[in-house]
Amino acid sequence: MVNLIIDNKEVQVPKGTTIIEAAKKIHIKIPSLCHHPDQTVKGNCRICLVENEWGKLVASCSTKVSEGMKIKTNTKFVRDTQKGVLELILANHNQDCLKCDRNGNCELQNLCERFNISNNSLDENIVEAHEIDDFNCSIVRDYSKCIKCGRCADVCREVQNVDVLAATNRGAEYEFIPRFDRKLHETECVFCGQCIKVCPVGAIYEKSSIDQVLTAIDDEALHVIVQIAPAVRVSVGELFNLEPGSITEGQIVSSLKRIGFERVFDTNFSADLTIIEEGYELIGRITNGGKLPMITSCSPGWINYVEGHGEDLLGHLSTCKSPQQMFGAISKTYYAEKLGIHPSKIFTVSIMPCTAKKFEANRKEMNSYGFPDVDAVLTTRELGRLIKSQGIDFANVEEESFDAPFGIASGAGAIFGASGGVMEAALRSVYEILTKEELEKLEFKEVRGMQGIKEATVNINGNDVKVAVAHGLGNAKIIMEEIRAGKSDYTFVEIMGCIGGCIGGGGQPIEKTKETKQKRMDALYSIDSNKEHRSSHKNPTIIKLYEEFLGEPNGHKAHVLLHTTYKARKL
Amino acid sequence: MNRTQRVITENFNTYKVEEIDKYIQNGGFQGLKNALEKGKDFIIDELNTSGLRGRGGAAYPTGKKWNGGRKNHADVKYVLCNADEGEPATFKDRELLARDPYKVLEGLAISGYTFGAKEGFIYIREEYEFLHSKIRKAIKLAEENGYLGKNILGTGFDFTIKVFSGAGAYVCGEGSALIESMEGKAGRPRMKPPRIGVVGYMGKPTQSNNVETLAIVATVLKMGASNYAKYGTEKSIGTKMISLCGNVKKPGTYEIPFGMSLREIIYDIGGGIVGDKDIKFLQLGGVSGPLMPKQYIDTRYTYEDLEGKGFGIGSGAILVADETKSVIKFLESVSYFFFHESCGKCTPCREGKRQMKKLLNKMSQGTATTKDLKNIEKISRIMTDASFCGLGQTAATAMLTAIKYFSPELCSSIDEMKAL
Repeated sequence: MVNLIIDNKEVQVPKGTTIIEAAKKIHIKIPSLCHHPDQTVKGNCRICLVENEWGKLVASCSTKVSEGMKIKTNTKFVRDTQKGVLELILANHNQDCLKCDRNGNCELQNLCERFNISNNSLDENIVEAHEIDDFNCSIVRDYSKCIKCGRCADVCREVQNVDVLAATNRGAEYEFIPRFDRKLHETECVFCGQCIKVCPVGAIYEKSSIDQVLTAIDDEALHVIVQIAPAVRVSVGELFNLEPGSITEGQIVSSLKRIGFERVFDTNFSADLTIIEEGYELIGRITNGGKLPMITSCSPGWINYVEGHGEDLLGHLSTCKSPQQMFGAISKTYYAEKLGIHPSKIFTVSIMPCTAKKFEANRKEMNSYGFPDVDAVLTTRELGRLIKSQGIDFANVEEESFDAPFGIASGAGAIFGASGGVMEAALRSVYEILTKEELEKLEFKEVRGMQGIKEATVNINGNDVKVAVAHGLGNAKIIMEEIRAGKSDYTFVEIMGCIGGCIGGGGQPIEKTKETKQKRMDALYSIDSNKEHRSSHKNPTIIKLYEEFLGEPNGHKAHVLLHTTYKARKL
Repeated sequence: MNRTQRVITENFNTYKVEEIDKYIQNGGFQGLKNALEKGKDFIIDELNTSGLRGRGGAAYPTGKKWNGGRKNHADVKYVLCNADEGEPATFKDRELLARDPYKVLEGLAISGYTFGAKEGFIYIREEYEFLHSKIRKAIKLAEENGYLGKNILGTGFDFTIKVFSGAGAYVCGEGSALIESMEGKAGRPRMKPPRIGVVGYMGKPTQSNNVETLAIVATVLKMGASNYAKYGTEKSIGTKMISLCGNVKKPGTYEIPFGMSLREIIYDIGGGIVGDKDIKFLQLGGVSGPLMPKQYIDTRYTYEDLEGKGFGIGSGAILVADETKSVIKFLESVSYFFFHESCGKCTPCREGKRQMKKLLNKMSQGTATTKDLKNIEKISRIMTDASFCGLGQTAATAMLTAIKYFSPELCSSIDEMKAL
């Protein structure tokens, strides 16, 4: 243990603690910008300065404590210098806060408030920055707001292992851009949006589809319907000051109805559909010696990654579309028929915790008889903005239920949003279909939780079936290498592009604490345990869909509408 | 009276690089011999007696640094000669490399021996490309003659040297940025601790010294520290290579004993000002050094005298500006240099220099306001106090000293003040 004095108070912390961490013990929050709890120390913003006993300023994020150290965090020298550094950042920062996505939720704004900066004392606010990159359909990089903290490059390289961003150029032209000054869509970027989650300001945000959706709603000729992903209903409440994990399914449905969507449906329903198709596909591969392990395909960030980095493994992917896309396909065929509306007049929107879903919806192969499965995707954050813009008091609005025929979902469909959820859902159905017996215990706790790679073994008809679950592309890479090396003895693998699964997705509200993700996951499992049907194959609406329309699982019609193909991404 | 010396520069103009035997005849490699014979403790003692302080500008006592370095244990250690010499107005290392390369190699070998390294590097700035092949040739000849390579002089000491080229960045003169550059990465300074003496090239302990420092090590170990200590003053021992430049009649590299006054240096050695004009200011130590007004030119050129008045020796550059030169235009070109050379990583340096360039431009055009001048001072202080590395911390030194000593001239550029 090390003893030091901060602001005349004695503090005792373990050796190796940084000053900024030690200050928390006496409830002092030293200001910082480039510092991020889940990343390595950067020390480049120079806001977290504190004064040592020799009157010199040191960065508290990167300076470790030493025995007898004397630190002051609030002298005039410290405050004036911190304020000066902040003013320097602002002098080259696009101060268009009123229009910014992060207005009210911005770390730079918070600091300005803390330092009482009323206007920019450095006179002109002419911002010198790289040209904005809004050339792809998922993510926008607005360099006029970038403060060059480097957090986006860090998460892309260290966590997601995609590594498309780097510190480039020198001096005033220093920027975090893709190499050779390429645009994002010209790189290996998978559009997972984790960069958005770590950006302290509004320099990175999703390409908005709100205008497109409202135009469709206003168009009387169009029948606009919407589906909500599992993860959205346990997260969007945070944008309205509700606790993480608050289940707001009913409020979302009624808000969407007020906004003008004609029908509100549940993606959990099509998650059940995905389980049927994928379950039978897996059973087919096991029985007929198909390529194993089979890997899930519902995470578009993961699909982009494997198309770019693992074309040799494309044969392992399930050919199933994701729940979002399966829903879209059914909406333009079965649903169109049922309602007697021509598919060209149906506008299908999805609300997703994901930015890569915008890319997925735009894929040319994602169509049914020529009509795009999904017409527009909104992130959870966009949903929050849409609700606020129409003055709906989300927390208090009365709850409504999903519409038929796509409003009934099993608990298995509900847990898709958590890492391990798809695996558990699949096991519940595959087990019962193969053994023709009821599962005693429906919970598969070994595949739940925040651990990067999880394993389980399930005995089916006397055979031990090994499965694995990975989340975050860094962990996906480990599984890929194992498969390549021939060391993988898994039968089925679930891979999610984002840590925690969809609840940690790039389109989600930015997590305020370390416990947020776990709380969102817990809420999903609680929805599951309260459901009447806990397994996908027991969902009556699903059974009806096959009887009335699809025929056999993995049959011809199912293949045309609910399955897809993959291609290596060449740059 | 011209009091220049030929101690460090004793071999200048006595041999061409192919003529290694002439170097040896003049006592070359004797320093290395003495070092290997008498051992590491002897080397440290001699360096301490010589009072040698790092000649790159940081002026850290070399004996103390090398003694501390002996304790950094690792399976592999490296030594480095920092020949980046990026500081404008400084060209002494260039002369040493061009005219006495073997002395520098000798010093690097002694450094390697003391630190415990088997491999040394010379990082030469790209702009000295015309010297790269000369140094490579010197290394080759030294190896052929048994002064580098395996079992040097039969002592069992193995040591090889490799030349690395810079790529045109001032910031790579900073030790950790230099090492990043050697590793093939962008030359941006690393966070310290750990210092490069502990975690350096490829993560291994790397001891870095300036060219002149290494040349003096070889000289001291040859002539004996007590002989070297006969030059200079009590607190600034020995001789120093200076780069005298600017508006003097005889600019160039000179070796002087510590203790001469600046007036002596400028007039006796430099021949006085071109056109016999009056001096307006000096800049000591390169573009990152303070501006010195003419009333101080009787100050002795020593660490203690200069530091006592708020100046410094730095790299050994002495730039002289005559009475016709505009302080503002000078500061504008200084700020442009730093704007161009900042690595860009940290906020105060990157953004500070961006704003300084704009503001100094205004001053130079005569459109600056009092608020602008206040902001210049504020930004200068922030850069000095908050920057990540030495480049940012010293970039505003010239400006801050100009504010202290040349306030009337700075104010004369301000719009409101002109009307008065």
